Amino acid sequence: MKITLNHREETFDAETLTVAEIIRLKKFTFRMLVTKLNGQVIKVDERDKVYVKDGDNLEVIHLISGG
Amino acid sequence: MTQALVQIREFLSKKTVGIAGAGGLGSNCAVALARTGVGRLIIADFDALEPSNLNRQYYFRQQLGIPKVLALKENIRRIDPFIQVDAFTVKLNPDTITQLYKDCDVLIEAFDKAEMKQMLIETALSHWPDRPLIAASGLAGWGKTEDITIKRFGNFVLAGDDISETHEWNPPLGPRVSILAGMQANLALEFLLNGFQFKKS
Repeated sequence: MKITLNHREETFDAETLTVAEIIRLKKFTFRMLVTKLNGQVIKVDERDKVYVKDGDNLEVIHLISGG
Repeated sequence: MTQALVQIREFLSKKTVGIAGAGGLGSNCAVALARTGVGRLIIADFDALEPSNLNRQYYFRQQLGIPKVLALKENIRRIDPFIQVDAFTVKLNPDTITQLYKDCDVLIEAFDKAEMKQMLIETALSHWPDRPLIAASGLAGWGKTEDITIKRFGNFVLAGDDISETHEWNPPLGPRVSILAGMQANLALEFLLNGFQFKKS
């Protein structure tokens, strides 16, 4: 499948993957992430239940401490 | 006051901004918005002021030990007594966030810890997907001014350099934190003043 990941085109050798699987495959190592699929927020506990499919737009935003 | 400032203040006086956290980002952002004339600020934070906060937060030495939100309310009152500040000494969680900030035009994430930032962003984006949300991430240290950028995800905007995490040997310092707080306030104005036009006589 071909998706848009953080505004870039990405191809995966699978029909569909969960948000959590994509995070692992792409090695997003930051501890704190916010994920949005097609503009809708996907909460931490939903990431292994929500599937990403061809043509989807996934955003993985990392957050670091300080304020 | 010039007519331009009067008109901006008149327009902003009907607006409400929620600020989650009253530390380096929240206190400086709140003061910037109050000075610009935003009519109502809803601010929540459970901490009391400590000496280490004075390197970057908009407080004074005499206020040590006081809950930050009460000290901030007083500081804003001294700048402009007509700004309404709703101050809450509470630890924010998804329930308190959705209660306290339900009436805001814009919400500002001004926490210190990444896990709190994440919790607030998830909560706000799922409850109010269309409401402007302005967060900050990556502001420790000094210099590297040109590394500070903003990323837009619809009405969710994230400011910061995306890399400078605070830790024992990379503390947050006043100038860079204030730059980010100012950027957050300026982004808030972009949303709040949408549709505003000067009436020139």
